[in-house]
Amino acid sequence: MLVVDDDPALAEMLGIVLRTEGFEPSFVADGDRAMAAFRATKPDLVLLDLMLPGTDGIDVCRQIRAESGTPIVMLTARGDTVDVVLGLEVGADDYIIKPFKPKELVARMRARLRRNDAPTSEMLEIGDLTIDVAGHVVSRNGTQIALTPLEFDLLAALARRPGQVFTREHLLEQVWGYRHAADTRLVNVHVQRLRAKVERDAERPEIVLTVRGVGYKAGPP
Amino acid sequence: MTEAPASPPSGRLRVDRARRAGAAVRHTWRASLQLRVAATTLVLSGIVVVVLGVVLLNQIRDGVLEAKQRAALSQLDFGLQHAADQFNAIDRPNPTSVRSTASSVTADLAGRGSDALSYGVAMVSTAGGDSASTADILPVPSIPTRLLHTVSREQREAWTYAVLTHRDGSREPGLVVGGPVQSDTADYQLYYLFPLQQESQTISLVERTMLFSGLAVVLLLVAIAALVTRQVVRPVRLAAATAERLAAGRLRDRMAVRGEDDLASLATSFNRMAETVEQQISQLRELSRVQRRFVADVSHELRTPITTIRMAADVLHDARSELPPELGRSAELLQTQLDRFEALLADLLEISRHDAGAATLEPEPVDLRGLVSHVLDATAPIAERRGCAVEADLPDEPVVAEVDARRVQRILRNLVANAVEHGAGCPVEVRLRGDEGGVAVTIRDHGVGLRPGEAALVFGRFWRADPARARTSGGTGLGLSIAMEDARLHGGYLQAWGDPGRGSVFRLTLPWRVGGELGEPPLPLEPPDEDAAPVSTEGVARA
Repeated sequence: MLVVDDDPALAEMLGIVLRTEGFEPSFVADGDRAMAAFRATKPDLVLLDLMLPGTDGIDVCRQIRAESGTPIVMLTARGDTVDVVLGLEVGADDYIIKPFKPKELVARMRARLRRNDAPTSEMLEIGDLTIDVAGHVVSRNGTQIALTPLEFDLLAALARRPGQVFTREHLLEQVWGYRHAADTRLVNVHVQRLRAKVERDAERPEIVLTVRGVGYKAGPP
Repeated sequence: MTEAPASPPSGRLRVDRARRAGAAVRHTWRASLQLRVAATTLVLSGIVVVVLGVVLLNQIRDGVLEAKQRAALSQLDFGLQHAADQFNAIDRPNPTSVRSTASSVTADLAGRGSDALSYGVAMVSTAGGDSASTADILPVPSIPTRLLHTVSREQREAWTYAVLTHRDGSREPGLVVGGPVQSDTADYQLYYLFPLQQESQTISLVERTMLFSGLAVVLLLVAIAALVTRQVVRPVRLAAATAERLAAGRLRDRMAVRGEDDLASLATSFNRMAETVEQQISQLRELSRVQRRFVADVSHELRTPITTIRMAADVLHDARSELPPELGRSAELLQTQLDRFEALLADLLEISRHDAGAATLEPEPVDLRGLVSHVLDATAPIAERRGCAVEADLPDEPVVAEVDARRVQRILRNLVANAVEHGAGCPVEVRLRGDEGGVAVTIRDHGVGLRPGEAALVFGRFWRADPARARTSGGTGLGLSIAMEDARLHGGYLQAWGDPGRGSVFRLTLPWRVGGELGEPPLPLEPPDEDAAPVSTEGVARA
């Protein structure tokens, strides 16, 4: 667990809460040293403040994504800034708006880490893709496609019920672990990122189809 | 205008088309100064030319005819003298000799005319019946009876215009002069019949010339007027076009200033105005930017410590069972008041974003039935706590509108929570409908309702229905204001209706697309079921 935050009081408080919940957090206070800390600690999850001295949160997020699919949860003061969308677009999995309740933060973090808990030996097909759920591998004609765990979960959720239309809220609940409706931009942005990786032509998707006014569904196998 | 009771569709169509064409002409007339000036010039110069032409023509005609008349009268004098001489020269007057003399005099006088100036001569016996005439002009219908009477009764020379009838039946305008022959031997009247062919030719030539020159003058005047107006109108149109571009946001556009005349000063003043407007706007933009920046900073600076406080409070709250009672209670108070503080801070920041114009929409097509269901799910705990049933009336068909789901949910959550908490009357009914007038959601409660005049106030900031019980019922007092701003952002609006004892209704009306057309909302604001109820108050706060 890596916490990137420049506010010492908040960092210390996060430390107290996270340790109580059984996490082992390490801390870094500025963006410039974030990558070194990330490589050194190899965390399971990164808590990333968007406003940082030095390299800002967006850039840190981009740098981490370039190397790894480690879940990233952004901490932000405002939910409606372009920064949030930008963060999601460069690969952050989720965000949480200050001030948040500790339980909410922990729930969100657990949702991101959950995949490790229940390994299954499923093989799914969606379009011309093969999904090995246990091995966390997606391939097209034997060629592997690298996805982040979140993108993988999203694709797998759609693929498990081919043809069924998922509302954005349903996906938020199933993939992100939200119990109440939240920001549907999360879904939109990550569907775009997923399409960019798995579709032959992202302009004319065949794997993840949009159902106007409702949500998304998997393309026919 | 009366209309046929059942006009056929094609007829109505024609009437419609004519009406539309009429409207188009009226619009062009109102819109084009140049056209109006040209038309006015056409009408006025036309009138002037016609009046001038008529006066001039009359003058010419009178002059021509007067000359003819004078010539005719002197001819008559000569003829009368000649006839009198001839009659007096008769040795032994008897009817036969007198008659033959009359014939010869007539022929003699007629012969004096040239080919170019042929005229008829007639001798009429006063006794009646007996007459002699020459040429091919028939005296009987040609000489008007009134002239005959005048000459014979008053024994003087007289003249008149008449229609001359030729032997072959053709007619033409002419001048007839006549007078009594002064002779003792015979009682005759002599008449000259002058055709006015030449004169009428002259006059019609003048007429034609004047008509054409008049037309030419009018057309030239119209052309000049159009040209001159164009010179004035062109810079005005240019100014209008520039103003239009300024209005469209291109604040740097200016008019070209040429010369030093009035139009140049118009351009200069216009440009100065544009300059000022641009400065003001950029100043306001700067202010708005600073404000937005400030809100963002405050937001960030406040939220980080609050997050820490919040987490600390949560840790304390979770451990309150291990604390002494007063410390435990303190932790609880800390927790609940932090909730309130956070809600207030969030609402304040939201409304200041709206004020700064920094709130942005993220519209996407959404089935509003889903939104309503979500809101009802989310508010179910409050409703349960209050023991209040919330009934939804949703259409069977999807109601897919392009809205910012987050904001619309917030509006509805606010309205439903309000109805449950403040309405104090159940059940709360939520109704959703959409038609060509837009999409509408009404939230109805059967509680205390609103007092007269309050419906317009509920959207005000920090407004409370009852100041006395204000602080106990929670809420920040900004919820409805934010809801109103959110509705406006979509191009829709929020309205409230209420009546003491009958409850209240809040209606959200949104266009199908952001900023789209809005018509009559698909749901009534006032509940239709209790029409017999007393005076109602209706407050409308429109965008």
